[in-house]
Amino acid sequence: MCLAIPGKIIALDKKTQSATVDYGSGTKRNANVSLVKVKIGDYVLVHAGFAIQVLDTKEAEETLALFREMLSMEEP
Amino acid sequence: MFSLRDKQLANDILSRIKKEQVHLRFMHVCGTHQDTLVKHGLDVLLRDAGIEIRQGPGCPVCVTTPREIEEILLLAKAGKTIASFGDMIRVPGVTSSLQQMKTEGCDIRTVYSIEDAVLLAKNHPKKEVVFMAVGFETTAPTTASVLLRNPPSNFSVLCCHRLIPPALQAILELGEIKLDGFIQPGHVSTIIGIKPYEFISRNYRIPQVIAGFEPLDLLMGVWLLVRQVQQGNAVIENEYSRVVGLEGNRIAQQVMRQVFEPMDVTWRGFPKLPASGLRLRKKFASYDARRKFESLLEPLVDEGIAEPVGCLCGDVLRGLISSKECPLFRRECTPGTPIGPCMVSSEGSCHIEYLYSKK
Repeated sequence: MCLAIPGKIIALDKKTQSATVDYGSGTKRNANVSLVKVKIGDYVLVHAGFAIQVLDTKEAEETLALFREMLSMEEP
Repeated sequence: MFSLRDKQLANDILSRIKKEQVHLRFMHVCGTHQDTLVKHGLDVLLRDAGIEIRQGPGCPVCVTTPREIEEILLLAKAGKTIASFGDMIRVPGVTSSLQQMKTEGCDIRTVYSIEDAVLLAKNHPKKEVVFMAVGFETTAPTTASVLLRNPPSNFSVLCCHRLIPPALQAILELGEIKLDGFIQPGHVSTIIGIKPYEFISRNYRIPQVIAGFEPLDLLMGVWLLVRQVQQGNAVIENEYSRVVGLEGNRIAQQVMRQVFEPMDVTWRGFPKLPASGLRLRKKFASYDARRKFESLLEPLVDEGIAEPVGCLCGDVLRGLISSKECPLFRRECTPGTPIGPCMVSSEGSCHIEYLYSKK
């Protein structure tokens, strides 16, 4: 139920608060963007047809590096 | 988009956990976490490392009560068009299920989003469309957003939304199971942020970590909990910072406040939990199926609405037993012939166990 899929906004209609989201591999679907502030090119997390969060891609790229750092800090 | 499946790093984390030589039990409350844990065999690897993980009441379809199921069945029987997420349709009620009623001619539609249900109402102005609104804080804002945009008058919702923090508190208050930490659901947290969990660590001295859904997210989350236990800490940490911020999604919180108010509700397997559910505010009464069809639902009395005979979904949802410990599991109860909702929903612990684990 709380499954959410990341995708990229490739078209946006602010009036209807509807966006076209590209999930890769040719899969595109409309999503409601009334719960987020977005622009074309943003990556969003989509749940039950609604974008619920804008993804911080920089933070995402840094996650693995962060994990490694956290582990190395713990080494005795 | 992001691949957090680096095997070497996973092994590093596991060996670090093993080195601590602990025997701990953690609980998560999310079907997607359970899916990742079982699908990738992390549950087995972690057990070998001294960590047992139980899925608590983290499956919206599973915690929906037999009474709520009877309500929607009654509305279907009365000729309303029922729109629901797929899992809900197969959950058995006392005498029937939505799926069964569909074969008997009732108008039952599976939808992907509440917007599909609104569209159905727009396209069929003579039909009364009732959307069964289940889901936690992740899903409730989608219902709220739709109700704020004047859906047609032949549309209503049977509101069954529930809130996660009160359920976590209930698990601790009931005190039936010893827990050493909570793994908190990443997408509920996307909406509510970090603060609503703080009182749990403060009042109950229990470590918590918000985790994402990739294998490495969960392993790292477990490692953070182990570290807290070893250091004697009890705080809420955020492993899923690429998605979850301190304040959460404030637009979503705002629309939820506009549309819903908290109410005391029962969860399957639980007593009535204070302020753990949401109901529509008076302003939205015309969209509230319970008010709109009050006379239809009135005959429904709580007596006789019981859990299915022998079903231990309640114990599974309170984390007291694992799915495999239920005598019905894989015998009378299978995804083809489910007795309880935990075997129906793709987020139910029993369904996930059945799907991925060996006989």
